[in-house]
Amino acid sequence: MKYDPTNAVSKSKLLLPRAKHDHIQGSVDAPIALVEYGDYECPYCGQAYPIVKAIQEQLGDRLCFAFRNFPLANSHPHAEHAAEAAEAAGAQGKFWEMHDVLYENQVALDDESLAQYAEVLGLDARRLIGEVLRGAHMARVREDFQSGARGGVNGTPSFFINGVRHDGAPSFDALLAVLVQPNAR
Amino acid sequence: MNNETTPGQQPGSLKSAALPAGAVAPDFSLRSTPDQAVKLSDFRGQPVVLAFYPADWSPVCGDQMGLYNEILPEFQKLGAELLGISVDGAWCHTAFSRDRKLHFPLLADFEPKGAVARLYGVYRETDGTTERALFVISELGVIHWSYVSPVGVNPGADGILSALEELNKDPNEI
Repeated sequence: MKYDPTNAVSKSKLLLPRAKHDHIQGSVDAPIALVEYGDYECPYCGQAYPIVKAIQEQLGDRLCFAFRNFPLANSHPHAEHAAEAAEAAGAQGKFWEMHDVLYENQVALDDESLAQYAEVLGLDARRLIGEVLRGAHMARVREDFQSGARGGVNGTPSFFINGVRHDGAPSFDALLAVLVQPNAR
Repeated sequence: MNNETTPGQQPGSLKSAALPAGAVAPDFSLRSTPDQAVKLSDFRGQPVVLAFYPADWSPVCGDQMGLYNEILPEFQKLGAELLGISVDGAWCHTAFSRDRKLHFPLLADFEPKGAVARLYGVYRETDGTTERALFVISELGVIHWSYVSPVGVNPGADGILSALEELNKDPNEI
C-alpha cells in the first residue's frame, strides 16, 4: 500500500473542530482541540460527560471542544432520535442545553421525554419533535457518523485530541495528561 | 493510506505473520450457524472484509463487531460483504449475534480450532484466540489490504473503508 500524506493530513484535519460544521465550545483557534464522537444513550458516554465538563473547567479558553453524533442505533434504540433532537434544539439555538439535558437523563430518551425536555428548555417543542419524527436532521447526524467511521472512531465515546484518537482510558487524568502535552498543532 | 498499516509491522504484534497485500486469500468453509456454512469463494466477484477478533461477548458498547454492524451500510455501499471470524463455536456466535442484533455473519473457526486463522497467519498460540486482524479481499480473491491491530485496540473501520474505496476506483488493481 502506498503512503499518501495528503490523505493523512486531510483525515487529521477532519478530526479537528470545524467552525462552520461543528457544535463548538471555546474558540476554534484555541491551542488544544478535543473532539468527541458520542451517543446519548451510551452509558460510557454518560460517564464521560462530567469528565469533559471538568476538563473544560480545568483548561478554560485553552480548549476547544466539539461534539459529533455517533449513535449506535442497533444497540441503543433511542440514540438516533436523541441525536436528532439535539440537532433540532440546535436549529432553535440551544444545542448545548439539550446535549446536557440528554446526558443528564439517559434513562428517559423516548420521544415523549424529548418533547418534554424541549419544553423545559423553552423551545418550540412541537416544532422540535415534528422535525425529529420527519427526520429533518437525519442527514446531519449521518454526516457526523460517516466522518467518524472514516476518521477511525472505534466505539463510543471516541475522543480525538488535536486530531489523534485517544486510545487510553477516558478518565479525567488520562485525558488531561494527553491534552496538556506540548505538541505542534 | 497511512504507512503504519503495513501488515505484520505494527507495534505490539511483531510476531504476526499476517498474509500481506498481493497474496491469494486462502479459501475456507466455516459454520455461520449450527446448520449453515459459509464458503469464501462463494463471494467471488465482490470485495470481502474478513474481520478476525479474539472473542464474542466483549463487554463494551460499540465493541468491534457492534461498531461494524453500525457501519455495515457504508461497507455495503462499496459493494462489500463483511464476515466476522473468531474461535467461538456456532452456538455461541448465534447467541452473541442475536444479543447484539448483528446483520452480518459470524464464522466459527472452532474445529480444528483456529485453522483458518493459521492459514491467514493471525492465530495467537499463547491465548488460543485470533489476532484482531483485518483483511480486505478483492473480487478476484486476492488480499488487497491487511492489518493487525494490537489485540486490546479496536482498529475502527477507517482502514477498511479506504481499502474498499481503492478497490472501487480500480477493480483491476490487486
